[in-house]
Amino acid sequence: MSFTFRHLLGTEALSRGEIAFLLDQSRAFQGIQKQPLKKLATLRGKSAVLAFFETSTRTRISFATAAARLGADTMNLQAESSSTQKGESLVDTVRTLEAMKPDVIVIRHAASGAPHFVAERLGIPVINAGDGLHEHPTQGLLDALTISDRLGLLDALNVTIVGDIRHSRVARSNIHILSKFGCRITLCGPAMWLPPEMASMAPSIRIEPRLEEALRGANVVMVLRVQTERLREPALPADEYIRLYQMTPARLALAQPDAVLMHPGPMIRGLEIDPAVADSPQSSVLEQVTNGVAVRMALLYLLTGGAPSGAVPQAG
Amino acid sequence: MPTREKTQLLSAAQTGRTIERLGHEIVEKTGETHGIALIGIRRRGVPLAHRLAETIRAATGAEVPIGVLDITLYRDDLSLASAHPVVQSTEIPFCVDGRDLILVDDVLFTGRTIRAAINGLFDLGRPRRVQLCVLVDRGLRELPIEANYVGRRVESRPEDLVEVHLKEIDGEDRVLLERAA
Repeated sequence: MSFTFRHLLGTEALSRGEIAFLLDQSRAFQGIQKQPLKKLATLRGKSAVLAFFETSTRTRISFATAAARLGADTMNLQAESSSTQKGESLVDTVRTLEAMKPDVIVIRHAASGAPHFVAERLGIPVINAGDGLHEHPTQGLLDALTISDRLGLLDALNVTIVGDIRHSRVARSNIHILSKFGCRITLCGPAMWLPPEMASMAPSIRIEPRLEEALRGANVVMVLRVQTERLREPALPADEYIRLYQMTPARLALAQPDAVLMHPGPMIRGLEIDPAVADSPQSSVLEQVTNGVAVRMALLYLLTGGAPSGAVPQAG
Repeated sequence: MPTREKTQLLSAAQTGRTIERLGHEIVEKTGETHGIALIGIRRRGVPLAHRLAETIRAATGAEVPIGVLDITLYRDDLSLASAHPVVQSTEIPFCVDGRDLILVDDVLFTGRTIRAAINGLFDLGRPRRVQLCVLVDRGLRELPIEANYVGRRVESRPEDLVEVHLKEIDGEDRVLLERAA
């Protein structure tokens, strides 16, 4: 098995074998994070542009860390300080970035499909770091890696995703990945955040508005971040959300005893998650962060190996 | 396709005996074996390291720890590669600081693999000493690297191929030299 894609734009088009390969490669990079000396020269001389047209702290730092560990240089573009504020079009901005001759571009954008649009127009690999309501493929992969680390497998698990499913690209990427491994996925949240059409994303998706029901027997519980500004449209008071959907120790106890509790971060303690759950041994929040670096290292490594032609010389 | 002539350098029995001899040499030259550890370089260095450990155990009763090193990320030819080769895990389940390490590989050729392996090892810590044990030394070094333990030396030309077959991977023990015509 090998990875023959030039870009990582989403997880929907990836086969189960390709996902398994990417997870396997990521495992090789997990080891490097435990070494006393974590800096490699593997991608020395390569450079990555981190083009974040939408604010991000953790994902951007994770990519920057991954690149640094492999010896690649990074150039940052952040929306607030960029020429996009001056009215430049996306295609002009990324062509300008490409003209600086980077080897890969990592892009986050508020518009769904922006990385695809860019990939069609540039000659370098593109990694989607989150596009609108569409996908966040590296998050999906790091979540899958974390689950398989914890439970030893990914196959046929009961996965419950709780919260603002409608606006969550994390949920979408996770559904695309986990459904390919035969996981049964339960989506739970307020009706306004639970579009019924999401049940048709994969064969084994169930929509269950009652949290207690949704959690029963779950092997994986994924709590999504509540964007407080979205609680206003349409109105759902925060204390009502807490009463119905906050992940508490009592609720988590309805899942399997060894269920993995995940959160893509940033967490709002006391809103979608009880601090006792966030800090419990079942919580894999910090493992997710560590695994994010490994997944991004693997992708930067695989996608920047694209010199025009010529076989790998025989090792000696 | 030019015709190529294959000659056998080591038969199954000779391969087995050579590995045993290497194990005994390690015991002899290292004296006390309790401080040493073997580091097999993926891929065929790994079963070789296990067989050396077996010989050392039979001779001295000492259990020699074995680590596995993948050198892919340390290769110097990645920028020439059309696609990056698959990375495998390095599994060294002990601290290398202050340890007496023996790198194990099947064929010593340009020396570039060993250069990469030494770089990889030093990212894990500071070994006291690093030695090298190879089943075949085919010459043609491009770096100032020599092995401490050599199973079989053979003269070769750069276009030739040395094929090491090991039971664990290839189903049989055998070493062949394929000469370009």
